[in-house]
Amino acid sequence: MPDIKVTPLGAGQDVGRSCILVSIGGKNIMLDCGMHMGYNDDRRFPDFSYITQNGRLTEFLDCVIISHFHLDHCGALPYMSEMVGYDGPIYMTHPTKAICPILLEDFRKITVDKKGETNFFTSQMIKDCMKKVVPLNLHQTVQVDDELEIKAYYAGHVLGAAMVLIKVGSESVVYTGDYNMTPDRHLGAAWIDKCRPDILISESTYATTIRDSKRCRERDFLKKVHETIERGGKVLIPVFALGRAQELCILLETFWERMNLKAPIYFSTGLTEKANHYYKLFITWTNQKIRKTFVQRNMFEFKHIKAFDRSYADNPGPMVVFATPGMLHAGQSLQIFKKWAGNEKNMVIMPGYCVQGTVGHKILNGQKKLEMEGRATLEVKLQVEYMSFSAHADAKGIMQLIRMAEPRNMLLVHGEAKKMEFLKDKIEQEFSISCYMPANGETTTVTTNPSVPVDISLPLLKREMALGGPLPDPKKPRTMHGTLIMKDNSLKLVSPEQALKELGLSEHQLRFTCRVHLQDPHSDADTLARLYSHLKSVLKGYTVQHLPDGTVMVESIVLKVSSSGDDPNLKVILLSWSYQDEELGSFLSSLLKKGLPSAL
Amino acid sequence: MAAHLKKRVYEEFSKVVQQQPLEEVPAKKLRLTKPSKSAALHIDLCKATNPTDALQYLLSFARKPVEAESVEGVVRILLEHYYKEIDNSVRLKIASLLGLLSKTPGFSPDCIVDDVISTLNNDKSNQVLAQLLDTLLVIGTHLPENAAVTQRLIEVACKHLSSPYFGVRNKCLQLLGYLGTVDKPLTKESEASTSTAPLQDVQSLISDYFSDQDPRVRTASIKAMLQLHERGMKLQQTAYSQACKLLNDDYEQVRSAAVQMVWVLSQLYPESIVPIPSSNEEIRLIDDSFGKICHMVSDGSWVVRVQAAKLLGSMQQVSPHFLEQTLDKKLMSDLRRKRTAHERAKELYASGEFSSGRKWADDAPKEKVDTSGVNLIDSGACGAFVHGLEDEMYEVRIAAVEALCCLAQASPSFAEKCLDFLVDMFNDEIEEVRLQSIHALRQISTHITLREDQLDTVLAVLEDSSRDIREALHELLCYTNVSTKDCIQLALLELLKNLTKYPTDRNSVWKCLKFLGLRHPTLVLPIVPELLSTHPYFDTPEPDMDDPAYIAVLVLVFNAAKSCPTMPALFSDHTFRHYAYLRDSLSHLVPHLRLPGRKQAVVLGSELSGVGSGSLESAQQFLQDSLARVSTLQNLDSPGAQDLLDFTIRDLQRLGELQKELAGSADFCATYLRCQLLLMKALQEKLWNMAVPLCLKQNAMASTAAQQILEETYKLEYLYSGLETRQVATVHNVRLQAKALQLILTARTKRGVESVLALCEKFLQEVESFQRLFMTELPHFQDSFVEKLLELMPRLVSCKPLDLVKILLATLRQSRFIHLRLPEQIHRALATIIEPTGESDNPLRFTTGLVVALDIDATLEHVQDPQTTVKVQVLYPDGQSHIIHPKPGDFRTPGPGRVRLITQVYLSHSAWTEPCQIEVRLLLAYSSSSSKLATPKPAWNESTEGLPTSESCIEGTINLSKPVKVFIMPKPARR
Repeated sequence: MPDIKVTPLGAGQDVGRSCILVSIGGKNIMLDCGMHMGYNDDRRFPDFSYITQNGRLTEFLDCVIISHFHLDHCGALPYMSEMVGYDGPIYMTHPTKAICPILLEDFRKITVDKKGETNFFTSQMIKDCMKKVVPLNLHQTVQVDDELEIKAYYAGHVLGAAMVLIKVGSESVVYTGDYNMTPDRHLGAAWIDKCRPDILISESTYATTIRDSKRCRERDFLKKVHETIERGGKVLIPVFALGRAQELCILLETFWERMNLKAPIYFSTGLTEKANHYYKLFITWTNQKIRKTFVQRNMFEFKHIKAFDRSYADNPGPMVVFATPGMLHAGQSLQIFKKWAGNEKNMVIMPGYCVQGTVGHKILNGQKKLEMEGRATLEVKLQVEYMSFSAHADAKGIMQLIRMAEPRNMLLVHGEAKKMEFLKDKIEQEFSISCYMPANGETTTVTTNPSVPVDISLPLLKREMALGGPLPDPKKPRTMHGTLIMKDNSLKLVSPEQALKELGLSEHQLRFTCRVHLQDPHSDADTLARLYSHLKSVLKGYTVQHLPDGTVMVESIVLKVSSSGDDPNLKVILLSWSYQDEELGSFLSSLLKKGLPSAL
Repeated sequence: MAAHLKKRVYEEFSKVVQQQPLEEVPAKKLRLTKPSKSAALHIDLCKATNPTDALQYLLSFARKPVEAESVEGVVRILLEHYYKEIDNSVRLKIASLLGLLSKTPGFSPDCIVDDVISTLNNDKSNQVLAQLLDTLLVIGTHLPENAAVTQRLIEVACKHLSSPYFGVRNKCLQLLGYLGTVDKPLTKESEASTSTAPLQDVQSLISDYFSDQDPRVRTASIKAMLQLHERGMKLQQTAYSQACKLLNDDYEQVRSAAVQMVWVLSQLYPESIVPIPSSNEEIRLIDDSFGKICHMVSDGSWVVRVQAAKLLGSMQQVSPHFLEQTLDKKLMSDLRRKRTAHERAKELYASGEFSSGRKWADDAPKEKVDTSGVNLIDSGACGAFVHGLEDEMYEVRIAAVEALCCLAQASPSFAEKCLDFLVDMFNDEIEEVRLQSIHALRQISTHITLREDQLDTVLAVLEDSSRDIREALHELLCYTNVSTKDCIQLALLELLKNLTKYPTDRNSVWKCLKFLGLRHPTLVLPIVPELLSTHPYFDTPEPDMDDPAYIAVLVLVFNAAKSCPTMPALFSDHTFRHYAYLRDSLSHLVPHLRLPGRKQAVVLGSELSGVGSGSLESAQQFLQDSLARVSTLQNLDSPGAQDLLDFTIRDLQRLGELQKELAGSADFCATYLRCQLLLMKALQEKLWNMAVPLCLKQNAMASTAAQQILEETYKLEYLYSGLETRQVATVHNVRLQAKALQLILTARTKRGVESVLALCEKFLQEVESFQRLFMTELPHFQDSFVEKLLELMPRLVSCKPLDLVKILLATLRQSRFIHLRLPEQIHRALATIIEPTGESDNPLRFTTGLVVALDIDATLEHVQDPQTTVKVQVLYPDGQSHIIHPKPGDFRTPGPGRVRLITQVYLSHSAWTEPCQIEVRLLLAYSSSSSKLATPKPAWNESTEGLPTSESCIEGTINLSKPVKVFIMPKPARR
């Protein structure tokens, strides 16, 4: 039996450095190639030596697919393609292709220029890597090679996020990347058709969460910001430059406009402006409202939100600042946080998930004293709020996706083991499909039951259809006669005659003959006449002929009567039928053995 | 000349046609004396050498209509060609033409049934077969009475049901849906056709195709079932399980139809019991189907989602237990704890196995979950509305809001629960959704009391920049119950904020506070000193009476005081003075109060208003009495009659002011009497005995009177709603009198018979039309002008104009005054322009040649069909006037009988040296043919003059509102 193998190199029972290897129908595919936020050493990248110890990856991988531009899904891409070595195609959607290099460049700058790491990929490597990218459109089926095809679906989450259907023959796998089943202020909801894949590889970040209605959350968020501003406090919202940031910007922008507030809103500059530019461009990837109104006003042209300058952080009075990165582990957001942490009037709102080990994770867990570099400690007095704006599907959303796609097997990645366990139980119980949650490096094998397509010749089909009713009835399976030809890796079902013709064989006639002895006092001719009338009465619906040359034909069966030399009363009936009429022939022989009825 | 030409053309044309049939078509076609469609078609088709040409001819033929009498011939010819034709596409087109032709009104298609059926049996092409069946469907729907044809068609449909082509099966199912009957099982079918289908009734026959391999056929079969239901047949309950299975179909159109089907069945058998699969429990069918449809709210296709959300609203028999699940995403996960998400806003959130995503790290599983209890998918109704309200497509959200509203209206407890969700929708990104949810909340607000935090959220919307939203919210606040005095204070505060931010909302805010006060007197009482800023020891300064905010506070307090007698004791002196002022100036907002400390001053007033506010019956009685008094007047010439009329008119006018309910009736009567008075004055003069040249002045007087009466009669007819035919006839009678008067005056002043002759003819026509229109009312018009005229009619028609005038004069003077009988309720159409106010001294400056937009905001009351009748007139100082027709979308209906017009008119003029005032007013356009008795009138076209144009269709305008002056200044363009 063929099988599909799935091995997570990253994101197996973990969040971060998503990288999943799939072997399907003899093809090897790498899904995502991300880095881990929590580590600064070798562990931050997936362990590519699993694929091959030395040498390039090109000959081991057929393609690489990147689901969206978050660094934990694409951060290791230049490392893999340029430093480890991969020259095959890399697939991503248009927005991802546009935004991904900006983020990678930013990531490189922080690592190399700020932290002074060496042995890291260079700007040129990012450029070279992006040259290998093949862009995808939604719902477009792309042939990677003759057998492997991929198709992208809308995933919500961030601009350009996609779910991918990978198909080889009749085997298929869906990888969701990160997705969101509830629409938000700037993106729509994920959607997939009933593609019934063999495996659905789904993220499970919020496996144990069923979130409140998002309106509630939005209202709470706005209320908290509003209250702090009215108190004269400052609000810090650490975000990743792209994704949630844009949603929160739209939210605050519209709120500011409606409530006519004057306090400034800042956004840390640089890559955001570039990224906002792309948001304005890729309007088709946003939600209904933005798509419908962008002709009058593009929602991403903010009126109240201005660029941030480092010196603004010390300005008196209320303000709202969006700063990167989102987990307070480095960069501007951490700098501002250090400045503002001492004042209890201020507030930090964590709008998303924080990986273990980051400052964000620590303060969310209620740590009041933080150790900084150089043994300094930082007292955290400001209010810490958590507001889940993460655009990941919650438990209900994951279930909804399973219902939409109807997979045969389920595989969970990108989540914490404990939570996965819970969801796994739920899935197995409710859909009665098997669910897997492999750890990093662990291989899951799923045997598939592929359907084997067979071509059937049209005349044969028509002939069979003519015999029964015209419509196939699922309740009554029907048998048919035909010849199966396996030739040149393809299967064909044809009628026997055609098979003979195609194979260049001549037909062998197979005839059965048998003698039946009968006691009959009449003459041969009379016996034959009696035989004829007897068969005529028994075999209604068959053609029974009395031929002038002293034979009786029933369909193609020939009957002859002769009397044996010694006993004129003992007649010998000669029966002869072809193989095709075996059924009728044997019926006739057994019928005649019973003798002719005396009434005749 | 023209007639002659026409004749010649006709001759030539008919000649051509008569030749052609001789050559080509059978003899019976020769009867056609005029150019016939069939003949032309036949020629065309014969000319066609290849299928493409024939198709072209048929296509062009299909564009023209065919008269009913020639349909039969055309059909024959088409069929003839059909038999000859080999090409499928041409046969297809012919088949579709047959269907088209059998729709022709006046043609009975039963004669072609046989032909179509016989062609059906012979044709091989599946597409043509499908088209032929479609034709049969058309025929069948046109002959619903003909049982034999129906039976035959059903047989045909059954026979072709097993066709391998989906289109044919589709059409057959459609036929069965439209024609199939339940009472008669298809007995004949077994002998008529050789197919294997056994004896079956239509429903089971159709339901066999629920599992067809083609999704289009599945859809068609469900639709056919629904069609049966629509035709009044009771569907069998067995279809329910099948329909439920189809809810999981791969194709959206199948699911969409299946949702409908499930809904229909749930309405038919709400109480029957169905088992829950995989358990041995049973539930009511309505609950089961409710759960299933709820499930579809999270379907993959938004079309299905919209449909499901809409249908949920009408499933009101569902048990409250299930209904409440729709608002809770995880009720099934915690049979221990039922709590809506919003309750956590008030209480501390006790964590369960699922986190809310609101607090960090509260989602670590704390206990091993009771797996049997948690059910994420098959939980049916769970959270359906939560999903619906969060949907990506606003169509779904609106549908969900509507459904929520419908369900909440039926169930108070559900209304309480869904409140939070509706309030949340006030934050939606699409304005339409916000508006819809505000309206929904208003509709259910009788069931609910808002908590403070909820009110807070509601009031936040008052700052919305959209006027519609704010006004909808004011409307909502009018109906809202709040729980504490803080709520009142909060609401007042926010409304005042709103008032300063958007001063144009003044009236709406005041009205809102009026109802708020009326509803919550006891809550207002404790905060009165604070509101009026009175102090027990110190005198506080007197607030400014013109401040809209202060007026707003007073409106709230006075309305609360109406049902709270202890409140006036808290008022300070100036409050009483302000009360008196406001009671007079804003009487619709300030109710009458019994003020204890103000006896002397109020006694008179209260007595006066006692009459006014006295029982409606007494006022009605008074109205009837005055009418009866007037009706005693037999002779218009009698002395004192004039005085009596004068007094009565005055009385009625005053009555109308005092008693709002009777204003329409009183006004109507007064106007009618005024007409009579004018007529009387015009006739009583001695002038009729004098020589013509001596009485020019009187003549002028009489003709203005006649003109005035005419105008008043138009007002009487079109400005008042609730009139019956009888009143209309009375008004018409007066109008005839006025016209007669005009005729007499013209005859006396004009020389020459020509002009008078034309006028006389016109007048007689009008009399005739009166007779035609008001035939049934004539018995009530004894001794009236009209009756006398009609008696004299034979004489009038034959006599000379001058004689006619003499007769008219005599009848006019003899005719009796008709007693006016009032219908139940008469309303006078009324319009008030709220904006522009006409108070501004700043001229609106604009460059000549360009346009300036002027915002107009007006309320209309009791105007019928405002979209077509209400116009805006702009009158420039130079006498130029424009009539502007507002867009239908500019009319909004905030309540029954009330319409709000918010529109912009564009002004433009050549340069002026000084700013000057223009007048803006609303007009009511009427045309006599639009009266209830006649056919619909043609569309109103803009015109600058409002004078009647022709006697058959009199169009004109009536002033509906007082004019408002706007200062404008067109500046010369700078070069």
